[in-house]
Amino acid sequence: MAQPPTSRVNIIEHFGPHLAYAEGTRLDRGLTPDRLVQTHCCFCGQQCGIQLKVKDNEVIGFEPWEEFPFNQGMLCPKGVKRYLQGSHPDRLLSALKRDPSSPGGFHTLGYDEAIRQAAERIGQIQSQHGNDAFAVLSGASLTTEKTYLMGKFARVCLKTPYIDYNGRLCMVSAAAGNKKAFGIDRAANPWSDILGAGVVWISGANVAECAPITTNYVWQARENGAKIIVVDPRITPLARTCDLFLPIKPGRDVALFNGILHLMIEHDWLDHAFIEAHTVGFESLAESVRAWPPARTAEVTGIAERAIRKAAEWWGTAKTSFLLHARGIEHHSHGVQNVLGAINIVLASGRIGRENCGYATITGQANGQGGREHGQKCDQLPGARDLANPEHRAHVAKIWGVSPDELPQPGVDAYEIFRKIDRGEIRGLLSICFNPLVSLPDNNFVARMLDKLDFYVAIDFFLNDTAHRADLVLPGSLHEEDEGTVTQIEGRVIKINQAVTPPGEARQDWRIIQDLAVALGRPHGFTFAHPREIFEELRRASQGGIADYSGITWEKIEQQHGVFWPCPSEDHPGTPRLFEPGSHNPIAKGAGPFYFPDGRARFNVAEYTAPMEDVDAAYPVILTTGRVVSHFLSGTQTRRIGPLVDQYPEPRVEIHPQLAARLGLGDGEWTTVTSRRGEITVRAQVVKTIRPDTVFIPYHWAGPKSANQVTISAQDPISKIPEYKVCAVRLSKAAAPPEYATQLERQQ
Amino acid sequence: MPVPADQYFFIDPNRCIGCESCVQACSECDTHKGHSMIHLEYANRRESPQTLPVVCMHCDSPTCAEVCPADAIKRTEDGVVQTARKPRCIACNNCVLACPFGVPKMNVRQELMMKCDMCYDRTSEGKRPMCATVCPSQALFFGTREEIERLRPRSRPINEFQFGFQTIHTKVRMMVPRETVATHIDVAEVLCHPDEGSDQEDAMLAAALCELPIVART
Repeated sequence: MAQPPTSRVNIIEHFGPHLAYAEGTRLDRGLTPDRLVQTHCCFCGQQCGIQLKVKDNEVIGFEPWEEFPFNQGMLCPKGVKRYLQGSHPDRLLSALKRDPSSPGGFHTLGYDEAIRQAAERIGQIQSQHGNDAFAVLSGASLTTEKTYLMGKFARVCLKTPYIDYNGRLCMVSAAAGNKKAFGIDRAANPWSDILGAGVVWISGANVAECAPITTNYVWQARENGAKIIVVDPRITPLARTCDLFLPIKPGRDVALFNGILHLMIEHDWLDHAFIEAHTVGFESLAESVRAWPPARTAEVTGIAERAIRKAAEWWGTAKTSFLLHARGIEHHSHGVQNVLGAINIVLASGRIGRENCGYATITGQANGQGGREHGQKCDQLPGARDLANPEHRAHVAKIWGVSPDELPQPGVDAYEIFRKIDRGEIRGLLSICFNPLVSLPDNNFVARMLDKLDFYVAIDFFLNDTAHRADLVLPGSLHEEDEGTVTQIEGRVIKINQAVTPPGEARQDWRIIQDLAVALGRPHGFTFAHPREIFEELRRASQGGIADYSGITWEKIEQQHGVFWPCPSEDHPGTPRLFEPGSHNPIAKGAGPFYFPDGRARFNVAEYTAPMEDVDAAYPVILTTGRVVSHFLSGTQTRRIGPLVDQYPEPRVEIHPQLAARLGLGDGEWTTVTSRRGEITVRAQVVKTIRPDTVFIPYHWAGPKSANQVTISAQDPISKIPEYKVCAVRLSKAAAPPEYATQLERQQ
Repeated sequence: MPVPADQYFFIDPNRCIGCESCVQACSECDTHKGHSMIHLEYANRRESPQTLPVVCMHCDSPTCAEVCPADAIKRTEDGVVQTARKPRCIACNNCVLACPFGVPKMNVRQELMMKCDMCYDRTSEGKRPMCATVCPSQALFFGTREEIERLRPRSRPINEFQFGFQTIHTKVRMMVPRETVATHIDVAEVLCHPDEGSDQEDAMLAAALCELPIVART
């Protein structure tokens, strides 16, 4: 049903991506803007402060916001050019209905009629097949108010358990590991603690390209005397100047952490007082890492033994330290084990919960943190409450004015939703701010599942690649067209301010959801007149929970340049650093710093297992994937911004010269990368900055340039994060340039 | 209003992450809106991700101006070398060929040499240049000597450069590792004897361009 209504080339011709450059008023020198709007970037989890220049309801440029403490005016190229997505020729100005007879595959229809038809089809599916036959895929770039509303909409209005979000693809392994070890899922420290750390350990994080502002924190720490240890299969721009580089074989991080802990125990580089007073489980962990002497660690990780010993010594003997990790250790079928391994060496050092000592994951998406705390994750209710917990259900049900029994039980992760479509259990889908056809692994399977749906409605402001297959598209809002809050990388709740109003028949997303609820005949609880009202209800829903936002107000956020949660009352300043003695902790209630009833952190045995798909004779090379600095996630926005596309117009496969020579591949030559699931043909970039047994392709592109045609849908059993960072491939010189090189525009 | 005398522009190639934020932001400056007057170079992408942002060094005695037959390139009293003046520039390319740092670019369509003017519209109003403000790794920094000394204890600024027999002093400072002797390489000598670089020179180059980490052999 949901196959594209016309060819991909035709759809792209009508709906883009087309490239926007500065022109017209945006190019006018000396033009005085009507106002400067202080807000934040629409892209990654750092959420840099930025001022948008607005003239006549158009964002015409930016001005650095140097007073905002996190980035002090600094921006990456995406933030600089983000303003070019407003007034973009591809912007959806009205609703679209699938129409194979139309040149672009869709015809426009009135907004009210589109809402009526969407509600009618949702109603039909649910009356014929049950409420559970309809699913929602939401997004971690939405404001916290919107994510709260999406969770409430799925459970109260649609009465379906099946809602999940694209944060599933981002940092859920970190979230799960943090909860198991600390009882709370949040970066433990503000980034200012990096500056005074004696050792900064960075595992699986291409900081310079994925979180560029963080580079300045790390290098300032280095200027202040810190030693920087980077663990990565590639020499990234930050790794280039680190003090110790450990070129790990992808998927073996837990082995390294276990090996480090083995040496810490052997040399007694432990904080015994901390372990005794504040943790449980060290003995069984210590027993488990006896199996990881340096020789075995070196063999499994592919890192030289002397480098492992040096890293253990630096980490073990440091006075202060900060450990950062990101998707490089989290995107694995054992991502949670990797994270637990990292936490174990932090806890064994005792360097957490005090100044200049910390631990954090680097949030990838704009609201990766707030987006999962308030109810769009398949197993969570607002306040990071547990959907399966009767007390938690009762608290939120009371706020929502429903019986706890009416709330569905936990659903399934985003990928499992597609498997349920395959089994015919899910027949209809609503997506917002999620582009699974590009971002999910093994996306040829995803495409087939979209085809099986009875009805698919997408909310978006550009026609993303997944929405090509939609029956209806509802025109949503850009970041600068709405207001609300997000929670950034450090756990700081900040305010997004509206700069312009939505054009044409486009609507703010929360209005669209409420219009659908009304059209479905279930308006109860969906009559908010403003995002501020949603935030006020969210505050009450989160009260007493772990992610307690009840003391945060929009005014306080602006006064303080953000408020760190938990913040349990209006006179509470917020909690920048977790686990400090005496800090707010609703679980331990004074028993200790960690969020368990006894106040103690948990050591967890971190089991090593090889990646789900290891190399073999047929597929002898490891493929790993990631980002480039000028693009963001599935590229729905950045592949439409001309200067960003020009900076990195197409994916390339990075290959070490030794591997390239063995395969007869030259720099710039078209190379086909094949896995058991699909293939992609891209140009080779021959560089010495990657392991010879590993190749790398960035994943931001769609269609024939999509790296996720090749990746594997293996998932972590706990977090359900996909294993983007390892699959087995073979490489060969392409017989000819791929079709896209001659037929499609360069940005495709 | 002149650029404040206590404010300097510093380039720290060791910090450059190649993100091109400077390039993107430069094109947002009101004096040359839509054009970027800064560019980014890879030292050798096959070997390293080392990159270098290239801005005008604002020489005390700018070679570009000295070789200009039309006297189109002016240096302000506060030491900022400006883009060629449109009525005078004859697009001869002398400045492009002569600049030892490889900075001026000829805008062929406009028949005009354009180059970084240190965001004169901003710096003359007390703001920082756009590139140095946004640079996420602070490889480009605009501030006082006291600030840079506090922020970069491992480095020191230099503004004297040797090109053959030519000694150039610049308004822009280049950060180099504090402990390394900045022995200048004579380009002509290297051209004549490419295989005879001294160890000291190699070490200086390596330290200035990329402080290589310990890379464990696998």
